[in-house]
Amino acid sequence: MTEMIATRQAYGDALVEFGEKNKAIVVLDADLSKSTTTAKFGKKYPDRFFNMGIAEANMIGTAAGLATCGKIPFVSSFSIFATGRAWEQIRNTVCYSGVNVRIVATHSGVSVGPDGASHQCIEDLSLMRTIPTMTVIEPCDAVETRKSIMASIDYKGPLYIRLGRAAVPVLTKKEDPFVIGKANILRTGNDIAIIACGALVAHALTAADILQKEGIQASVVNMHTLKPLDNATLLEVAKRTKAVVTAEQHVLDGGLGSAVASILSRNYPLPVEMIGIDNRFGQSGDPDVLFKEYHLLPEDIVIAAKRAIGRKQL
Amino acid sequence: MGNLPQLDVKSLGERAKVIRNHIIRMLAKSGSGHPGSSLSTVDLLVALYYNKLRHNPQMPAWPDRDRFILSKGHACPALYAVLAERGYFEVSKLDTLRQFGSMLQGHPCMKTTPGIEISGGSLGQGLSVGLGIALAARLDKKDYRTYVMLGDGELEEGQIWESAMASSHFKMDNLCAIIDQNDLQIDGPIRDIMSPHPIPDKWNSFGWHTLEIDGHDYPSIMSAYNEAENTKGRPTVIIAKTVKGKGVSFMENQVDWHGKTPSKEEAERAFAELK
Ligand SMILES: Cc1ncc(C[n+]2csc(CCOP(=O)(O)OP(=O)(O)O)c2C)c(N)n1
Ligand SMILES: [Mg+2]
Repeated sequence: MTEMIATRQAYGDALVEFGEKNKAIVVLDADLSKSTTTAKFGKKYPDRFFNMGIAEANMIGTAAGLATCGKIPFVSSFSIFATGRAWEQIRNTVCYSGVNVRIVATHSGVSVGPDGASHQCIEDLSLMRTIPTMTVIEPCDAVETRKSIMASIDYKGPLYIRLGRAAVPVLTKKEDPFVIGKANILRTGNDIAIIACGALVAHALTAADILQKEGIQASVVNMHTLKPLDNATLLEVAKRTKAVVTAEQHVLDGGLGSAVASILSRNYPLPVEMIGIDNRFGQSGDPDVLFKEYHLLPEDIVIAAKRAIGRKQL
Repeated sequence: MGNLPQLDVKSLGERAKVIRNHIIRMLAKSGSGHPGSSLSTVDLLVALYYNKLRHNPQMPAWPDRDRFILSKGHACPALYAVLAERGYFEVSKLDTLRQFGSMLQGHPCMKTTPGIEISGGSLGQGLSVGLGIALAARLDKKDYRTYVMLGDGELEEGQIWESAMASSHFKMDNLCAIIDQNDLQIDGPIRDIMSPHPIPDKWNSFGWHTLEIDGHDYPSIMSAYNEAENTKGRPTVIIAKTVKGKGVSFMENQVDWHGKTPSKEEAERAFAELK
């Protein structure tokens, strides 16, 4: 059985690990440190941990100030509050200033589960991608989360990392490469390309298994960095497969699907199908039930893949 | 490092006149910007940059410098003029304010202008940044101080009170807020639009050491800056009563001059008053 770990758990562990050597790392949270798991860092390095209370706008600005003095602030809350409540602070104070603030938000997507729509952020990729100079990452598992935190430490400029609440399968290995802005091809096939991020990478791999049984060979790309998008890998795979499916736990507007379609339509137009949430809010329920309700399962990806293949100009 | 000997009241007044002349000239030239909001800050800024801040204009990124953040960023013509006069960049650059390609953007931009600590223009955000800088100083065991200037209308922003609460919670005695209380915002007197009064009571109740002064009186300004520096265990706010448009009679206390620039003729009248 594949090991199941929530990406947020890996985040807290990574902060403790990297915070030991790198004393410039400071962590800010807004009264959700147990859920985001930054409390692990706070327990180990209380001097470098700031609980800012339930005041996200101020938290983002404080992080910007710390960053101007050479600190490496990791700022955490649930993604809806981090990116939604404080969007303009992120836009004007962090990104326009170009300071090295790392916003690492947990509880993204419908897989938040029982808390329901108010807490299921399905707009953050779009909100963050749209800000000039922002880098946007959604790791697919716990191992990749650790690597993304490691890579973010010395990265220049503002950065957003999207994490989840629910446990997800560990798909990648410690020795797999992780470079910000460089997609990882997990599987190669010439009939269809499935481009996925976050929790949907696992579903993409399962979909590829199902397709293979039906004689359809799929490429699976883990597009962990949504911005800057790895256009070269995307175009290389698209030229080989001539049809693409995107898969994300996010609204269809402005997320991975939009990013991919935008590049393909301008450079190499071909059939694109998108798996994502179509103009709806989430709701309470177990993640698995919600994945089914919002058509985010491997079966949904399989259907979309066949549709895309059917649209190929033969 | 970098400090001039203390200027007396007369010399400070002379510098302020130079700054006010720059402001009028810059805004007449640019054709857009905020004269009233800039003029009310001048004496507070001159006292700070000539007599208080530990800084070195030749080394704007000197790690031990005191920091100043103009949270009411629309008053940046005043700050630009002070920075230029203090030697952060050439005075001639002031005439490029708000032009395409200028180092002097319409609101403060830390990437283009030396001496700007954080980009701004969106009200309500500067005190949070000041808090972050003050926390960094504490972590690094450095003794530099951080000053943040707020507008009185800006106090209507909720984030100000988030940062006020947090700064007192963390006992940031290396942080000083300066309120330019000119009693006006864009749409009218702040008492009519959305009153943040009683301002001293609010800051007191948020745990700040609260001082009230005349923001155009140098001895009061200097003693407030000194008292802030000597106050331990909590941040200090200096509530400075000012006159919007100070120094140019026809702009003083006039809502209209918040964001309207002088014509050539009006600028001439202003220069005559500022001789
Ligand atoms: C968040 C935000 N909302 C609105 C504005 C537009 N605005 C610019 S100046 C101003 C009034 C500011 O009044 P005050 O803080 O009293 O400053 P003064 O100009 O009087 O010094 C407003 C509303 C802004 N810059 N930022
Ligand atoms: Mg005012």
